[in-house]
Amino acid sequence: MITFKNVSKSYGRQVVLDDLSFEIKQGQFVVLIGPSGCGKTTTLKMINRLIEPNSGEIYINGVNIMRQNPVELRRSIGYVIQQIGLFPNMTVEQNIAVVPKLLKYPKERWKPIVRELLELVNMPYEENAHKYPSELSGGQQQRIGVLRALAASPPIVLMDEPFGALDPITRDCLQEEVKKIQKKLKKTIVFVTHDMEEALKLADTIVFMNEGKIVQMASPEEMLRNPADNIVREFMGRHMQGGESPDLYVEDVMRTRILKVPKTLRTLECIDRMDRWEVNSVIVINDDETYAGTVSLEDIHKQGKPGREIGELITEETPTVSRFYKAQEVFDQLLTSPCKYLVVLNDDRTVAGLVTRTSMTKAVGKALWGAEIS
Amino acid sequence: MIDLIPFILEHLVIVLVATGISVVIGIVLGIVAYWLRFTAQPILWFSEAVQTIPALALLAILMILFGLGNTTIIAGLTLYALLPIVRNTHTGLISVPAAIKDAARGMGMSKLQRLFRVELPLAFPLVFSGIKISVVNSLSIAVMGVLIGAGGLGYPIYRGIQTQNLRQIMSGAIPVMIMAILFDFLMSAIERRLTKHAK
Ligand SMILES: Nc1ncnc2c1ncn2[C@@H]1O[C@H](COP(=O)(O)OP(=O)(O)OP(=O)(O)O)[C@@H](O)[C@H]1O
Ligand SMILES: [Mg+2]
Repeated sequence: MITFKNVSKSYGRQVVLDDLSFEIKQGQFVVLIGPSGCGKTTTLKMINRLIEPNSGEIYINGVNIMRQNPVELRRSIGYVIQQIGLFPNMTVEQNIAVVPKLLKYPKERWKPIVRELLELVNMPYEENAHKYPSELSGGQQQRIGVLRALAASPPIVLMDEPFGALDPITRDCLQEEVKKIQKKLKKTIVFVTHDMEEALKLADTIVFMNEGKIVQMASPEEMLRNPADNIVREFMGRHMQGGESPDLYVEDVMRTRILKVPKTLRTLECIDRMDRWEVNSVIVINDDETYAGTVSLEDIHKQGKPGREIGELITEETPTVSRFYKAQEVFDQLLTSPCKYLVVLNDDRTVAGLVTRTSMTKAVGKALWGAEIS
Repeated sequence: MIDLIPFILEHLVIVLVATGISVVIGIVLGIVAYWLRFTAQPILWFSEAVQTIPALALLAILMILFGLGNTTIIAGLTLYALLPIVRNTHTGLISVPAAIKDAARGMGMSKLQRLFRVELPLAFPLVFSGIKISVVNSLSIAVMGVLIGAGGLGYPIYRGIQTQNLRQIMSGAIPVMIMAILFDFLMSAIERRLTKHAK
């Protein structure tokens, strides 16, 4: 358990942390978030005494950290920094083993730890342990940065924007790994970010800071429901329920896996394909791939004689929309129209996709709650 | 024609002993300048000032302290070699990226552990290039040793000057040049290997 009691810090006249008090429970994933310069890093670095407060006290499990030897304190707390900060003169293995070696673990003890940790992030020991950091990709380096912080099994791990510099896919992947590790190893993690999506995804508790003060400390759900003030609301942006509608366009809510057939296809063949795709209508396209119309299974059964071309059965009742329309406008249309779907066209009248009620619901859900809900 | 081998060997020994002493003192001074920031200016200023003293004058002053012989030339070379080593050590240490220093502190390394496990290894390529500059400089300055009764290749050159014998002069000068080129070449190669991982 980490407790801040009336902690303040200033540099000269600038007050960076203003009478901060809060508590982090054991095993929690706490995310500090807020605008740049609000004091997140300063707060984090106080926990391992890289920065010391001007006044106030910080306790870890009831012990005032100012009464502890700072070097020993730091060895008992994992630390991951944004710039990764791997030691370029050491191999991956040596980097991971830094803290265990400082703690004088014998080799027989730290070797297996390195191996185990590398396996945890799917980087085989044989392939990676003896590389230098400069030989790894950014994502791999940051993985090693996280492993280095975990190597001596510290109960508390501090992470300062660890994934800020990574591409979205790698970031997603690492976020999941960290969340998994935290749950599995029951760590207390204090994590700094300024990305609300990341906070919502990872946090048990979000601490929202502004100008050296805590604006709100709440669970992600609570913060989404009741943001304490406008700055929090703004940060939530598109994740908010109600409020301003998120900027979704038709192309964000359509499905692109659709069955397109040429006009000249025979009806029997068409039924066959619809069966295989498990759909009950098809998009018919002209020779130049532009949209011609739709045909439903019902239409075929009603008027189709075997051997006829599908082009003769086209109805043009299905509404079409441009992929660049606002999703909101299409939403109403979809609910009121008798059709179960809308055809989405590109600028050149070729077919881009379909908006169905399911695809719409999925996309809206994702925009509201971040991750895909399964 | 005299046998050059003993002169070459003695020349080498003088230069290497002086460089060795200079490396120890220079790195220590560089570390002090890095740790105690207020000492950086005076230390760098001192090492620079030493270099501005003309070699002949410096040797004359040192001769008063150490008398005639190899000790004096070694002391002189040591002083001359100091600047590149001190400066490069200091620069190397302060230019270790802040993030890496932060990480080292955050991992729980003590000040000495940070120095020996992280900061000095990362600064070393630069320190080494300082040493290289010192060695190459010292090889040619060591020739002056003959004026204060020291050994080395200064002697055959000096004899050549006195007898106005160009061949004699060259027989002393060419080995100095070859050694300088050789050391420069070898140490540059090592330097390149050192900087391989320092990214
Ligand atoms: N050593 C220092 N000297 C003076 N001011 C400092 C120092 N370190 C931080 N500050 C100031 O303290 C404030 C808070 O800094 P901090 O690094 O905690 O912000 P942050 O919330 O982490 O911001 P960011 O999201 O940009 O990383 C900033 O205004 C910064 O300029
Ligand atoms: Mg910060």
